[in-house]
Amino acid sequence: MAAQERRVLTRHLGSPDLTSLAGYEAVGGYASLRQALTMTPEAITEQVRASGLRGRGGAAFPTATKWSFLPKGVFPRYLCVNADESEPGCFKDRVLLESNPHQLLEGTLIAAFALQASHAFIYIRGEYRAQRELLERCVDEAYRGGYAGASVAGSDFACELIVHGGAGAYICGEETALLDSLEGLRGQPRLKPPFPAVRGLYGQPTVVNNVETLSNLPYIVEHGGDAYAALGTAASPGTRLFCVSGHVERPGTFEVPMGTTSLADLVELAGGVRTGHRLKALQPGGGSMQVLGPEHLDLPLDFKAVADAGSSLGAGALVVMDETTCLVEVSMRLVDFYHHESCGKCVPCREGTYFESRLMHRLEAGLASSDELATLAEICEHMDGRCFCPLGDTATWFVMSAYRMFGDEFRAHCGAGECPVRARGRRVA
Amino acid sequence: MATVAEAAGTPAASTGVLSHATRERIRTARARYPSPRSAALPALWAAQDQLGHVPAEAMAEVADELGIGAAEVEAVATFYAMYFRRPPGRHFIQVCTNVSCALRGADDLLRHLEQRLGVADGGTSADGCFTLESTVECLGACGGAPALQVDRYSHEDCTAERVDQLLDRLRAEGAGS
Repeated sequence: MAAQERRVLTRHLGSPDLTSLAGYEAVGGYASLRQALTMTPEAITEQVRASGLRGRGGAAFPTATKWSFLPKGVFPRYLCVNADESEPGCFKDRVLLESNPHQLLEGTLIAAFALQASHAFIYIRGEYRAQRELLERCVDEAYRGGYAGASVAGSDFACELIVHGGAGAYICGEETALLDSLEGLRGQPRLKPPFPAVRGLYGQPTVVNNVETLSNLPYIVEHGGDAYAALGTAASPGTRLFCVSGHVERPGTFEVPMGTTSLADLVELAGGVRTGHRLKALQPGGGSMQVLGPEHLDLPLDFKAVADAGSSLGAGALVVMDETTCLVEVSMRLVDFYHHESCGKCVPCREGTYFESRLMHRLEAGLASSDELATLAEICEHMDGRCFCPLGDTATWFVMSAYRMFGDEFRAHCGAGECPVRARGRRVA
Repeated sequence: MATVAEAAGTPAASTGVLSHATRERIRTARARYPSPRSAALPALWAAQDQLGHVPAEAMAEVADELGIGAAEVEAVATFYAMYFRRPPGRHFIQVCTNVSCALRGADDLLRHLEQRLGVADGGTSADGCFTLESTVECLGACGGAPALQVDRYSHEDCTAERVDQLLDRLRAEGAGS
């Protein structure tokens, strides 16, 4: 069966003037919010639970469960929307922010009502300046249209919507660093527990949800959680917006049902591996996740199946690499990225990424001895699981998995060796 | 560099580097948050939008508006990569060299820009028109790799020819203003 998209999140794309309030209302926008306001917060949470929706930011935590951690009777509470999308290879939230910002605002207000949050903050990365300005315009429209502020859609529920622009720090996608950044501090992660649900923004109960996660809520409220769950499989319900980039004919985002779609289907939707080339490696979940090989193409987009293969669907970003790719060079770029983005709070990450980066540059330049590969493995071992937050842990995952899968390529770079890919007259770029 | 003590003594007069309009933007942002300090990032953006960068005087004035120390504002301003300490060129070009762009020719694109502008990565062209920087933080434009961002807008599926046209257009706009 040919791979097919199933448009739920993206069902309105192409409708005229969708980024304006009038355009969004014309496709039924904000009707789900009105419907939600007639329900009890608990009933909404129940629908979300029935939908099986899991966080789309990378950690895949069940959304309704996250909501249920808020302590009863403690107010004010806050909702934070994580629009700090910065995972290498990931650009799906940007698509949702650019193409249907009111859908995100509606989902945000539904969640805020379910949580009884007084404020919803949308934290958007600094690089998305144009998208931030669009979002700010939409928030103004939502206020003028009566969907935000003192009386949300004429109800007695009040909620302020605030767009907060970041300023260039990958770490702020980590939820507690995001909270510090929102409080006007350097964006560094907090010790957990207490988790944000108990003590988050300004020390109050807080939920942090991803853009895509919240953009699903209008559909779930309108059609019911069961209808959403029926879109995928029991273990991986719903649809998901996947980004496909790298060596494919038509990079882009594709919305597909989870579970029943495979990695190969995604590659096919993106036009296949570029003509005249063959697949060498895949990264299924963005820069933080482990590499997979062509033998994994048949894996379904299922949380467990991909985890069992030693990787993760992460933030939903599939990076495709053909035979012209040097995995040492790709590893070096990713290690450089984590080194640059390490916030400096904890030693294993701050120092570990420094040494990782230094070593990968030596390896790439043909200066490293084979002993240094053992050092690299040792450094990574000292980092993984020992860093203050996942940034440092994940800084080891790609490089170590690439070393395991493409050990010969790494070894060939040692001791004045030559990159076997480049020796064949090709290089990554 | 303004010290905390100097900042504390700075009157909230309009004689500083921040314009009345910028101060109004900061006050509007401040009023929106449950805590004034939360407006630190928006305030620094407002300052940079006006001045093109965030000098120490601006940090002190932001601190004054938010009722926090200048050192606290400086700690924030220096943590985030997008606040400039020194004035950049009129246009800021970021070339994404993360994996998805690298797989599709980002290094060649960067070399071309360096040559065309006569600057090394991180430098500003002699006419002050462009500051060029390769960025290791993915720009979130992998679907149109190789991509770069000029000021607030991204440009995707970049080729040497398309980038040359873009530079010419931006130069012409600058000359006309």
